[in-house]
Amino acid sequence: MNGIPMEQGLLLSAMLFVLGLIGVLVRRNLIMMLMSLEVVLNATGLAFVVAGSRWGDADGQIMFLLILTLAAAEVGVGLGLTLQVFRRFHTLDADSLNEMKG
Amino acid sequence: MDMIGLLGWIPLFPLLGFLILALAGERLSKSAIAWVGVGSVAVSALLAGLVGSEFLTGTLQPYHLALGTWIEIDELSIAFGFYLDALSVTMLFVVTGIGFLIHLYAAEFMASDPVLPPFAIPCRPRVPWELQRPLDRSETQRSSKNTELNANASAFDLGYARFFAYMNLFMAAMLVLVLSDNLLLLYLGWEGVGLGSYLLIGFWYENPHNGYAARKAFVMTRVGDTALLIGLLLLFRQLHSFDIQLLMLRATAHWPAGTLMPVAAAALLLGGALGKSAQLPLQTWLPDAMAGPTPVSALIHAATMVTAGVYLIARTHDVFLLAPPVQFAVATLGAMTLLMAGCSALVQTDIKRILAYSTISQIGYMFLALGVGAWSEAMFHLLTHAVFKALLFLAAGAVILCCHHEHSIFKMGGLRKSMPLAFWSFMIGSAALSALPFTSGFYSKHEILSAVYQVSPNLWAMGCLGALITGIYSFRPVFVVFFGVQSHLVTKSPGWRMNLPLLLLIVLTLFGGLLRLPLDSVFPLVFKVDRQPNLVSLITGAAPFFGVSIAGLFYLSGAFSAQRLAAYRLLNPLRNLFFSGWGIDALYDALFVQPFKALAKFNKHDVIDDLYTMTALIGQWLHLTVSASQTGRIRWYASSMALGAALILAIGRQS
Repeated sequence: MNGIPMEQGLLLSAMLFVLGLIGVLVRRNLIMMLMSLEVVLNATGLAFVVAGSRWGDADGQIMFLLILTLAAAEVGVGLGLTLQVFRRFHTLDADSLNEMKG
Repeated sequence: MDMIGLLGWIPLFPLLGFLILALAGERLSKSAIAWVGVGSVAVSALLAGLVGSEFLTGTLQPYHLALGTWIEIDELSIAFGFYLDALSVTMLFVVTGIGFLIHLYAAEFMASDPVLPPFAIPCRPRVPWELQRPLDRSETQRSSKNTELNANASAFDLGYARFFAYMNLFMAAMLVLVLSDNLLLLYLGWEGVGLGSYLLIGFWYENPHNGYAARKAFVMTRVGDTALLIGLLLLFRQLHSFDIQLLMLRATAHWPAGTLMPVAAAALLLGGALGKSAQLPLQTWLPDAMAGPTPVSALIHAATMVTAGVYLIARTHDVFLLAPPVQFAVATLGAMTLLMAGCSALVQTDIKRILAYSTISQIGYMFLALGVGAWSEAMFHLLTHAVFKALLFLAAGAVILCCHHEHSIFKMGGLRKSMPLAFWSFMIGSAALSALPFTSGFYSKHEILSAVYQVSPNLWAMGCLGALITGIYSFRPVFVVFFGVQSHLVTKSPGWRMNLPLLLLIVLTLFGGLLRLPLDSVFPLVFKVDRQPNLVSLITGAAPFFGVSIAGLFYLSGAFSAQRLAAYRLLNPLRNLFFSGWGIDALYDALFVQPFKALAKFNKHDVIDDLYTMTALIGQWLHLTVSASQTGRIRWYASSMALGAALILAIGRQS
């Protein structure tokens, strides 16, 4: 169990997080943005698991289960909204969907 | 000491009458309105007669009636109390007696008055207020009379009830004013009569000019009222009481004569008196106040309210005795006013404006008497003046009514035969006004002038010149209106309700000089009136005769012509100056009205208001800025969230 040092695990988690965040900020397609968001969520989940294994605590894995549930729910709602957006506007370009401005 | 306890009821009946007429006036019939309106004053007059006769036959000790506490805060305690001495009995007789006769007269005078529904007359273009002459209401009314007479029967009766409601309100306030035992209650009455005056000058409100006249009267007297208010607060602050008798005692005890405090207090009280009594420099409202119905002019603007200033000074004479400079000012202002108003009265053409200027002039005599310390002489002249001026106004009202609301004396003429009672009333009233012997005015004015002579021959000379002018201006309308060629066919003659007051007032005018009220019990005795015939009393007595003769030469025999006199290049501007009341209206317009209007125009958008507008503008600007940041771009929001989170983490690292 102690094969992977915590620093490396957290570094991987941080890299995944940054990659996911860049994906959310850079991509304009809503589906790609949702996918990048999944990467961000999993990166945080990985950080919990790594920390949990470092301290020998089950809480990290419980948090990961919670995040998994959250991600599932988020994808459900997100994809549903995406479907509606596409039906109404015939596009998934996030930048052209800017009608709700002040 | 039984009847005298009824004193408290005297002001109550007019107040009740006011309440009944104001609340239920529109449901009452015309005769019921007259019964309530005149009856309430009649009851008051009856009570005043009972109370007054009991007082005068008694020991003349001042009677004090406390009805209860009005205001009580800490050391300040103001009683609702009445005070009866020879001075207030005099005023009580004047107010209730003449008030009753004028109410009776008005019951008939106002009965034929058509009250138009509001908005019936198209509004005229606005005219600056010094240019308006409330004279031309007659033509407005005449033209509308034919068309609107039968238009609105209910408005017809409503105006009648409104008139008597206002009159009763005025009577109640005036009685409170003269009976009050403290300055604050006096001030309540003082403002009450001002309100009554305002309401009644603007009684025919459908003509905007009358409204302007009412507002002018209200604002001008308010200038004086403010001085009075400051004065009575000063007295309270220094002497810790509002009770008049107590104040006078303390003032005499604590204040050395001629020091700052009594001078300031007396000057402020004088300010109030000048405004109410239409003396220089606040006299300009009275001629315009003639816009009201004639009984109003007789009651308020000749007999009672305008003499309230004289009453105030007489009531607080102890303070004035402590302030010789102010007393000198009273005498000087009185003398100047009587001359200036007399000159103005010489050239007026409106019969009511002649009488208005003569009122100002006669009150000038009273101020002159007060100024030299002839207190009881001033009050005596107040009494006789109230009687003969009411007589003159009521006679003028009868003439005006029978000439179909004609006011200009030069459009009347030869009414001697067709209106004998009005003629004799006017004749006797004018005789008393110009102080011809054997009338009441002769005794009172003669006493004033002989008292003035003992103090200052200069002021006496001004008074005598005034008496000469009085003779001219008071007989000018008599000769013009009642002699010569008859102008109007008099179709209707006044009924008994108008004739009876005239007859009674004629009797009082002729024999009023015999009335001797024991005013010496109130005032310190200063003068002994010498009845010895000497040069001074000869000149004093002869001056009016010269005046009457001059008027006769000009307007009766036609030996001289006023038109030819006015044609001289030098005299015509003088005539115009007199006609405009010495141009004081124009002066005030330039000094106060126009600067105020300019200021109002300059500040049309309210500088202070800009501050609040600025607050709103800042809020609006902030709102626009913040709402601009809401772009609707989801990636923008996401990146700002990420940036914000990074920032918070960075700050967390730092600390």
